[in-house]
Amino acid sequence: MSIFAEVPQAPPVAVFKLTADFREDTHAQKVNLGVGAYRTDDCLPWVLPVVKKVEQMIVEDNSLNHEYLPILGLPELRSAASKVALGDDSPAIKDGRVGAVQALGGTGALRIGAEFLRRWYNGTNNTATPVYVSAPTWENHNAVFSDAGFKDIRPYHYWDGEKKGLDVTGIMDDLENAPEHSIFVLHACAHNPTGTDPTPDEWKTISEVMKRRKLFVFFDSAYQGFASGSLDKDAWAIRYFVSEGFELLCAQSFSKNFGLYNERVGNLTVVAQDKDNLARVLSQMEKIVRTTWSNPPSQGARIVAITLNNPDLFIEWKGNVKTMAESLRDQTHRHVPRHLHITQQIGMFSFTGLNPKQVQYMIKEKHVYLMASGRINMCGLTSKNIDYVAESIHETVSKVQ
Amino acid sequence: MRQTCNSDGGVGSTENVQARGITLLSIFVDTPTAEPNPETKLLADFKTDTHLSKVYLAGREYLNKEGQTSVSPLVGKIMQQICTDPTLCPEYPSSFGLPEFTRRATELVLGRDCHAIVENRVLGVQTVGCTGAVRLGAELLKHWYNVSGVWCGPVYLSSPCDDSLAGIFEAAGIQDVRRYRYWDTEQRGVGVQKMMEDLEMAPEQSVIVLSASAHCPTGSDLSQKHWRLLTQLMVRCRFFPFFLLPAQGLCHGDVQQDAWPVRLCASLGMELLCAQSFSHSFGLYGERVGHLLCVLKQSSTLLAVQSQAEKQVRALWSRPSVRGARVVATVLSNPAHHVEWQEGVKSMVERGILVRERLREKLRLLGCPGSWDHLIQQGGLYCCTGLNVQQVEFLEKRRHIYLHPNGCLNPQFCLAAPPGSLQRRHTPKLAVWLCLSTHRIIRVSCLRSPLPSL
Repeated sequence: MSIFAEVPQAPPVAVFKLTADFREDTHAQKVNLGVGAYRTDDCLPWVLPVVKKVEQMIVEDNSLNHEYLPILGLPELRSAASKVALGDDSPAIKDGRVGAVQALGGTGALRIGAEFLRRWYNGTNNTATPVYVSAPTWENHNAVFSDAGFKDIRPYHYWDGEKKGLDVTGIMDDLENAPEHSIFVLHACAHNPTGTDPTPDEWKTISEVMKRRKLFVFFDSAYQGFASGSLDKDAWAIRYFVSEGFELLCAQSFSKNFGLYNERVGNLTVVAQDKDNLARVLSQMEKIVRTTWSNPPSQGARIVAITLNNPDLFIEWKGNVKTMAESLRDQTHRHVPRHLHITQQIGMFSFTGLNPKQVQYMIKEKHVYLMASGRINMCGLTSKNIDYVAESIHETVSKVQ
Repeated sequence: MRQTCNSDGGVGSTENVQARGITLLSIFVDTPTAEPNPETKLLADFKTDTHLSKVYLAGREYLNKEGQTSVSPLVGKIMQQICTDPTLCPEYPSSFGLPEFTRRATELVLGRDCHAIVENRVLGVQTVGCTGAVRLGAELLKHWYNVSGVWCGPVYLSSPCDDSLAGIFEAAGIQDVRRYRYWDTEQRGVGVQKMMEDLEMAPEQSVIVLSASAHCPTGSDLSQKHWRLLTQLMVRCRFFPFFLLPAQGLCHGDVQQDAWPVRLCASLGMELLCAQSFSHSFGLYGERVGHLLCVLKQSSTLLAVQSQAEKQVRALWSRPSVRGARVVATVLSNPAHHVEWQEGVKSMVERGILVRERLREKLRLLGCPGSWDHLIQQGGLYCCTGLNVQQVEFLEKRRHIYLHPNGCLNPQFCLAAPPGSLQRRHTPKLAVWLCLSTHRIIRVSCLRSPLPSL
């Protein structure tokens, strides 16, 4: 008998299943508003011009070899990526207390950070430290922290369904009542899936409470540049917390803002109090990486590193990011009915406010695919399908309560 | 929960403190420095060594004559094509990786007409290198081996083995990791009897990690006769085989022969896992092209196991990176490319054999005590000299030649000149030093070059 005979079927990953169902659907007007990847108006992925340029440079550069990268990753990527998050003139970087680990996308960065915290934060192997993730949040947050060994993963209030905006009171209550040393996963900008971020003043209040209650800050930064079109503006919250003296982790993804979804470029930035702490932390993270993937992949890392470290290419890239952000904003503002409040949201995603029954109707009857949470990818909206989608939403909201 | 100190400027404050009411002790203050992994430490020691003729022989890569890793012209051409192909788009791949890659990787190990493939009871998952494959396999076993019971091992590793293996299983939550004797110092080869003795004592449902070919780090493998005996034992004791196949083709110069033990187990209807890497056979170390193969007894379990594998991947790295896998898939799915690649692998093996023969011959001519035949009996990237810990230390400290502490080395590095080195060929010198190390005699004649001063 197979040793796997009793293995139960795991529920499919929702976003993958959605895409699979969409692919099988033969309806002429089907629309995919599911997966989180940027699309042009023709609904195609966009290879950034700067990426194409740098790929060609890499292929023609005979001095580049195919050796293993160091365990912690490509040094030029790690330092440049941390600078993108913290700013060129970051005092923390100048103090030598910022380090990083190259990882497999944002997921990999979160996982390494989570594994480290489970082993060495708040005691040794303290799996009972509560981990707070926003309600709602990216659906993989739970799994990453849980598989890293944390036993107590809780939601913190975030989205107010009635107000269709941030539940500030709820957030503050949860921060005040969380046990000391709890870990909070904060979305740096363009919150997934709601597209709703705290204002600077709200961030300041959050920071004050977290400092007083000794809560741990773990930023998830997957959309830097996508929220406002400006890298610096989108990193404001991270930089503010660093300036307030927090030691923190920041998981960065370059999948979206470089369009490098399939090369898995991520970076876990570590801000420690001083060099000595940083060195010890990185030594433990290296050990964790060694038993996970040993060395990260080089192709995507090189593309990002070359771009970030070359002044002209860096400017070109920022322009490409701005193009994507502006195109998203155009689609939102020009086409989406105002009463859906979506125009106030930013980034790639929006929360329509549709409930699960309405979402089912959209999928089954109108062949418009969106996540059960009501999340839509703004990139899935094009000038060709926006009318159909708007009509579908209208019909759904009228017919289904 | 641990208490942090209050901010009264007390004990342990550092100069860089951000004095805005934050606690003075770092939250990381109790994090100890990790022990460096042995390979990292060895390389670091080598790098700080200022001796002009230092030689590093413990590398994990296959090197060409210039002392570099390289890719074949074929692989280079395909990478160029991929770069300029307008039909390829940067979409997220599935968690299982590129379907064409997993299909070809599976066929390469099992053979296209393997019953398990035909009967649809094989799962293939693209992973981040061999490490990623072992980790994923370990996670699957930890979570799903024998659902009704709580299985936490034991997992048996060969002694010696790759020094990261134990840590990977432990990271997946399997603490009960044991060893079976493998390398026999006296015989200078696999001590089959001792190996079988140890495995006879293992509890039922143990997972046995086995090197299909080109054992790391000894280069010594079981014969086909011994594989048959071992599989009989495994079936009788209900062991689960977890194969490592990091360099298929690079042991015998023949992909089928290198995968023979895996095919044997599959043909006997056994369930197994097999962690593969294409780093060495394609020179694509940096691309992290790995694959986990899972052969099941029944096709009815495939979907469930597949769904659980996806769940594990999703929380580890979500999806693998694509470029390297695309290159490998392109080569393996084109018959002409496939042949060209196999021939390239064969010539790498022939060169490796040449190096081993030269080293053995040199040692023989020097009158080095002991038998050195094992150097040419071993295959693949690694080689176990049989030198003991003291001898290895002598080589390192006194002769600036760096081997693994267990006496194993990568013969390719014997012939390659490291960048900046004054020597183009190391084999004669290495032979001298090995000889000196073995019997610590100062006066030894060297046929080719004058005796280096001690």
